[in-house]
Amino acid sequence: MPHRLTIAAAARALHSGQLSAVELTRACLERIAALNPTLNALITVTAETALAEADAADRRRRQDEVPPLTGIPLVLKDLFCTQGVRTTCGSRILRDFVPPYDATVTRRLKAAGAVLLGKANMDEFAMGSSNETSHFGPCRNPWDTERTPGGSSGGSAAAVAADLCCGALGTDTGGSIRQPAALTATTGLKPTYGRISRFGMIAFASSLDQAGSLTKDVTDAALLLQALAGHDPLDATSIDTPAPDYGPALDRGAGGLTIGLPDEYFGDGLADPVRAALTAAQQTLEREGAVFKRISLPHTGAAIPTYYIIAPAEASSNLARFDGVKFGHRCANPRDLRDLYCHSRAEGFGAEVQRRIMLGTYVLSAGYYDAYYRKAQKVRRLIADDFRAAFREVDVILTPTTPETAFRLGERTGDPVRMYLSDIFTINVNLAGLPGLSLPCGFDAGGLPIGLQLIGPTLGEEVLLQTGAAFQRATDWHARKPDLPGPAGR
Amino acid sequence: MSSHPGYEVVIGLEVHAQMRTRSKVFCGCSTTFGAEANTQICPICAAFPGVLPVLNHAAVDMAIRTGLAIGGTINQRSEFSRKNYFYPDLPAGYQITQYELPIVSRGCIHIDTPSGPKAIGVTRIHMEVDAGKNLHEGIAGASWVDLNRTGVPLMEIVSEPDLRSSAEAGEYLKKLRAIVRYLEVCDGNMEEGSFRCDANVSVRPRGQAGFGIRCELKNLNSIRNVMRAIDYEADRHIDLAAAGQPVVQETRLWDADQEITRSMRGKEDAHDYRYFPEPDLPPLVLDQARIDALAATLPELPDARRARFQEQMSLSPYDAGVLTAARELADYFEQVVAVAGNPKSAANWVTGELLGQLNKAGLEITAAPVSAAALGRLVGLIEQGAISGKIAKEVFTILWTKGGDPERIVAEKGLTQVSDSGAIEAEVNRVLAANPEEVAQYRGGKVKLLGFFVGQVMKATGGKANPGLLNKLLKEKLQG
Repeated sequence: MPHRLTIAAAARALHSGQLSAVELTRACLERIAALNPTLNALITVTAETALAEADAADRRRRQDEVPPLTGIPLVLKDLFCTQGVRTTCGSRILRDFVPPYDATVTRRLKAAGAVLLGKANMDEFAMGSSNETSHFGPCRNPWDTERTPGGSSGGSAAAVAADLCCGALGTDTGGSIRQPAALTATTGLKPTYGRISRFGMIAFASSLDQAGSLTKDVTDAALLLQALAGHDPLDATSIDTPAPDYGPALDRGAGGLTIGLPDEYFGDGLADPVRAALTAAQQTLEREGAVFKRISLPHTGAAIPTYYIIAPAEASSNLARFDGVKFGHRCANPRDLRDLYCHSRAEGFGAEVQRRIMLGTYVLSAGYYDAYYRKAQKVRRLIADDFRAAFREVDVILTPTTPETAFRLGERTGDPVRMYLSDIFTINVNLAGLPGLSLPCGFDAGGLPIGLQLIGPTLGEEVLLQTGAAFQRATDWHARKPDLPGPAGR
Repeated sequence: MSSHPGYEVVIGLEVHAQMRTRSKVFCGCSTTFGAEANTQICPICAAFPGVLPVLNHAAVDMAIRTGLAIGGTINQRSEFSRKNYFYPDLPAGYQITQYELPIVSRGCIHIDTPSGPKAIGVTRIHMEVDAGKNLHEGIAGASWVDLNRTGVPLMEIVSEPDLRSSAEAGEYLKKLRAIVRYLEVCDGNMEEGSFRCDANVSVRPRGQAGFGIRCELKNLNSIRNVMRAIDYEADRHIDLAAAGQPVVQETRLWDADQEITRSMRGKEDAHDYRYFPEPDLPPLVLDQARIDALAATLPELPDARRARFQEQMSLSPYDAGVLTAARELADYFEQVVAVAGNPKSAANWVTGELLGQLNKAGLEITAAPVSAAALGRLVGLIEQGAISGKIAKEVFTILWTKGGDPERIVAEKGLTQVSDSGAIEAEVNRVLAANPEEVAQYRGGKVKLLGFFVGQVMKATGGKANPGLLNKLLKEKLQG
């Protein structure tokens, strides 16, 4: 069952010669063939090129020292541009778009030797919390296929949870890695804003978007981060501080850490099983030597309205390039230029994307800019200040990732605001640009996964990995597998 | 020329100057003008999904140098913004520009007016990207988009509404163009569109403090068209006022063929550009050391050079102004002076003969067929008394058409001035003897006849007689 291997375990097996990259890739492709029709986790499967890459990886491995991810089959969320492989962003408007360039993330994974299995399903333009806004249909949660895997990186999370691959990359603008990780019992890392290049990553909200990983454990998160972190001259917002060696942090243990528990995240909206799982997680970490401290992040309540001004504002501008002129969907027989724009965009974008474009256009309009966008930027600074103050007292902050476990597909599609509330615990982290890590920490009575969130200070990836690895050594929630049919299933 | 005495014209100019960087402002594509359509583009300037801009600091340096050259404040923190609108030549659907925080604030440009020098305020200079071009030729019903120009860096230089006539607007543009050319930050070519001007024009009754309703004029592709459009527009506003009709605030296009302005779009059709700070670019933070280093690279600018020419070379303000209007011309002139010695006669030759011939031939100074060294030696020959001014013009014509060396031309053609008083005296004696009647008239008081005698001697000597010596000898003989 090589597809069940973590990245680290697969790398060891490849290195020792117990397993070839072709065998590993073939196992994943068979798993995809068996389960993807049900899960709809992948929009595009690159079986042929994956096997060719795996074969090349095996030959390289016989000859030289090879980079750490050589022969490891991974999945990319379908908004990372892949040269020659279509990149849809989950949208009709890019249904047939084949980029002539690689995203920096894609390039770095290739340089590290990874094998690309395919492109993961996602909410259209990463706008959604359930993967239901995808033009290619919703992805399903491997733990209960009637439920959402979360979003927007739902396909990446489901692919990892169902062992279709060793690991996956997603993006997180308001919780789009951490929320699906929580809902699928996977490990989701959103690094500090700017830690990983955004070049070639199709933009939703430029000041919030951050690439990260969905993996089977924290060790794998560190391995992928190591391959991807670092300054990129093609991204002026990427951080110029060299990435540290993340490995040592994994072994440091939780002893001596002060962990903050923000009052605002443990209020009335929290489902009982989630509250119970968080309490148990706190006790686990205390046994590992961490000290807990109640803290306050007073502007937490402003997160959702602030986010739903800034993110749509940036999106309304970022998505203007999809106009039917140069690439992507173009309507048939436009009468004139205006008609070409209106119909290409109306046909190409789904309802949620259109809703956010309108919202963003409105808040940037003359006469409304000061009342909305400028004020939201001020509140954003207050939210960041809350965290800065808190990190003077604690090393890391522990919260639930989501208020509830996975909801049923269709349950919230008619109520956008309720859908937006799925991200209530994750959005602040993006507004403050901080790193966050979601870890599996239990299951509810129905067997649905529960996630906890660790929040670190700017460039505090190491303390997140340190705390997360300690927690996973003391628990086995991350090692549990959903009951799925298919070849070599349980 | 609008000159209704009861009204005053108020003009502000917005100049878009293409910066002469080798590559575009946010990607590595070439900025060369005139390449085949869409051969100088990449995923970044074509705004493909996921691409990001990275700032070309050569453009930043050029904007800083321009700001310093007009005495502006260089803002150590400026920011880029997005100006959002849909148009096929704008592939991202937004233009990256500077809005709330430009790189330069509050500069000043000095111009000459009939009533003396005047300082015109510059509100700001900001950086932005150029758009592509829509082409409507070839297949009927289709339009083509050429993105070669997309992403070429521009400076927008915005004046205060300090200009009060089309002539002042023309002087302002000439001076600004001279400055950017001296700095080598823009080639200043209005026809090719690398130096473009929009004019905001209004009129008000003389003595009124507030401004009238303004119109923005576009499609002004030469300084002459800027001036003519302003005059037309000012007259239009004055006529409206005289008829008791209001001016409508709008954007108007200049039609150079019919010499009128036409409404393009009204205020109600004005775009809401939804400006907001560009999230893909961090704020532009400049340290003082960088600004100081760039200040040290500034060349001597037109105003300073003109003042030096007046003071050190005793040139007239007019000549000094003409000679410093372009850096290349001023450089040429200084090379002529270095060889010739006498700045005044060098100035006369450069502004007179040389510029006259260049204008006639439609050539720039850089394409002058006569080198500065050759002209300098020619002027030197006059200074030494080796040839007369008249002969020098002949030699100049030979230099212009065939090239060569002034001394050799003079020697080969036997044009050396006759300064031997004996030889000239013999010729004078011969001419006086041959024209007794005129000699008598001269002695009877008709002294204007001196020119006749000079002409006769010159004719006989093939123009080579030294004019000073000839005059002296003739006067002596005639009085005697």
